[in-house]
Amino acid sequence: MSQAASLAPPLRSRRMHMQGTLPVLVLFLPPALVLFTLFVILPMGEAAWYSLYDWNGYGLPDKFIGLKNFETLWRTSAFRTALGNNFLIILVSILIQLPLALWLATMVSNRIPGAVVFRLIFFMPYVLADVAAGLIWRFVYDGDYGLFAAIASFFNVASPYVLADRSLAIYAVLAVIVWKYFGFHMMLFIAGLQNIDKSYIEAAEIDGASRWQRFRYVTLPLLAPTIRLSVFFSVVGSLQLFDMIMPLTGGGPSNSTQTMVTFLYSYGITRMKVGFGSAIGVVLFVICVTLAFGYRRIFMRHD
Amino acid sequence: MTEALTDRSLASSVPAPRPHHASVFEENRIGFVTRLYLYASLFIVAAVVLLPLLTTALGGFKTLGDLRVHPFGLPTEWQWANYTDILTSTRYWQMLGNSFLIATLTVALTLVVAAMAAFTFAHVKFFGSGFLLNYFLIGLMFPVATAILPLFIRIRDLGLLDTYWGVVLPQVAFGLGMSILLFRRFFQNVPAELFDAAFVDGCGYLGYFWHITLPLSRPILATVGIIAFVASWNSYLLPLILLNTEGKYPWPLGIMVYQGEYSKDWQLILAFITLTILPTIIVFFAAQKHIVAGLTAGAVKG
Repeated sequence: MSQAASLAPPLRSRRMHMQGTLPVLVLFLPPALVLFTLFVILPMGEAAWYSLYDWNGYGLPDKFIGLKNFETLWRTSAFRTALGNNFLIILVSILIQLPLALWLATMVSNRIPGAVVFRLIFFMPYVLADVAAGLIWRFVYDGDYGLFAAIASFFNVASPYVLADRSLAIYAVLAVIVWKYFGFHMMLFIAGLQNIDKSYIEAAEIDGASRWQRFRYVTLPLLAPTIRLSVFFSVVGSLQLFDMIMPLTGGGPSNSTQTMVTFLYSYGITRMKVGFGSAIGVVLFVICVTLAFGYRRIFMRHD
Repeated sequence: MTEALTDRSLASSVPAPRPHHASVFEENRIGFVTRLYLYASLFIVAAVVLLPLLTTALGGFKTLGDLRVHPFGLPTEWQWANYTDILTSTRYWQMLGNSFLIATLTVALTLVVAAMAAFTFAHVKFFGSGFLLNYFLIGLMFPVATAILPLFIRIRDLGLLDTYWGVVLPQVAFGLGMSILLFRRFFQNVPAELFDAAFVDGCGYLGYFWHITLPLSRPILATVGIIAFVASWNSYLLPLILLNTEGKYPWPLGIMVYQGEYSKDWQLILAFITLTILPTIIVFFAAQKHIVAGLTAGAVKG
C-alpha cells in the first residue's frame, strides 16, 4: 500500500456503498441524540424558561415574574463576591499556576534521572477527587490539629484559623487549587515542549543565543497554542469549581469563598428555588458563550 | 498491516513521547550548578505535593492526642484499629461499590453510544451530518451547573431520582461531546482501503463497525473509558443532587457524611480519606502511562 493512498481522506471513494446507510443512521445515531437532547440541550433551554418564573419545582411554573430573578441576583452581594472569586481564580491560574507549570515542565523535560518520577508526583493531585483534596487541606489548615497549628506552635505564635477568617479563606482555597491543578497544566506543557522541533533551538544556539534568550524568543512563541489551551482550561475549571470548596469552607465564612456554582447550590438548589437557580445557570451560560466567542475572536485567528 | 496501523493510530491519538526530540536541552550540557538548582527546586515542589498526603496517611495511625502534639512524623503508637475498623465496616465497601457500579455503567454506556455516533459521523455521508456534529460539540462548552435545576426536575419526572441510572444518564450525556470528538478523529484515521476491501467482501456498515473498527480501536476505547471512569469516580455535584439515600452514595458523598459525623475525630477522618483515595493512587501508579496519556489526550485533542 502506498503511503500517499493511506494518508488521503478516507471519505472520498464511498459513492458505491451508499446502500446500507439507512440501518446505520437509524441504529447508531438515535441513542446519542436522545440522551444528549434529553439531558443536556433541553435542560439548558428549560433553564432559560424557568428563570423567568418564581417556582418551587412542583406543579407547573405559573408565577411569571419577568427578569426579576436576575435583578435579585445582581442585588445579592454574595453573588457579586462569587463572580469576583471566579475572576480571582482565573487570575491566579494565569499569573501563578501557569508560570509554575511551565517552569516545572521545562525542568522535567530534561533527560535527568528521576524526571519521570517527579512528573508522576506532580500529576498525582490532579487524579485525586476534589472532595478528597479539599478534606485533606481542611486538615492541613485546621487551627487545632493541622500542619498550620504545628508550624504556629513551633514558632510559639497563636495558631491561625485560616479557613474561618473572612479575608484569608479565599487565599487558602486558591493555594489548594494551584496545588491540585498545576500538575495537569505541567503535562500540557510537557506535551507542547515535545512537539517543538529541536532544530529551531539548535539554530538559535549556533547564532549565540543564551539559554534565556532561546527560551524567550524560540520556545515561548512556539508554545503559544499550549498556553492558550492552558488558559482555556483554567477558565473552564474556574467556572465549574464546586467540589473542592464544599469540604474546605462550604462557601463561608460569611460567603467570602463562594463561587458561581457553590452560590447556585446554596441559594438555588438547597432552597429549591428553581427559578432563581435557573437564572444563575443562565448567567453562567451567557458567560461561557461570551468567553467562547471572545476567545475565538482574540486567539484563534492565527490557528 | 494491523500492527502498523494500530501503532500509528495510537501515536496520533495520545501525546506519546517522541524520542527524536524528546528533550529541549541536552543532558550533557547540564552543569553541576544547574543540576543542583534543578533537583533542589524539584524536591521542594515534590515535598509540597507529598507532605499533605503523607501526613494524612500517617495521621490515620495516630490517636487524637498524638495528632495534636505532633501532626508531622511517625505515630508514637501505631493505631491499626483506626484503619481496620473502617476496612471491616460495610459502609466503606458499600460506597466504594456504589462508585464502582456507577462508574462502570457510565463507561459502558459512554463507549457504546459515543462510538456508534462517532462511527456514523466518520464514515456515513448524510444530509445534516455537519450540523449534527456541531450540535454534540455544544456539550463541550457548558458545565453541568448551567442546567442543573432543570436536570433535577427532568430526572425527578422520569422517576429516576435516587437511582443509579439517574446519575449515570446525565453523566454519559455530558461526556458525549468529548467522547464523540475523540472517537471520530480516531475512526477517520483508519485507512480507506480497509473499508473498500470490506465492502467488496460483502461486509455492510454494521459488520465493518463490529469486525474492523472496534478491534482496531482498543487505544481510543481505553482513552475514552479512562476519561469517563475518572470523571465518574470523582464526581460529586450530580450524585449530591440526584441521590438521597445514604446506602446509594458514591464515596465522595459518603466521605462528606462521614466527616460530618466525626467532625473533630480527625484521626478517623484521615484514615477514612486515606482508604478512599488508596484505590485511585494504586490504579494511578499501576496504569500511569495510560492514565496520564488518556487524561491529557482528552485535553490536547479536545
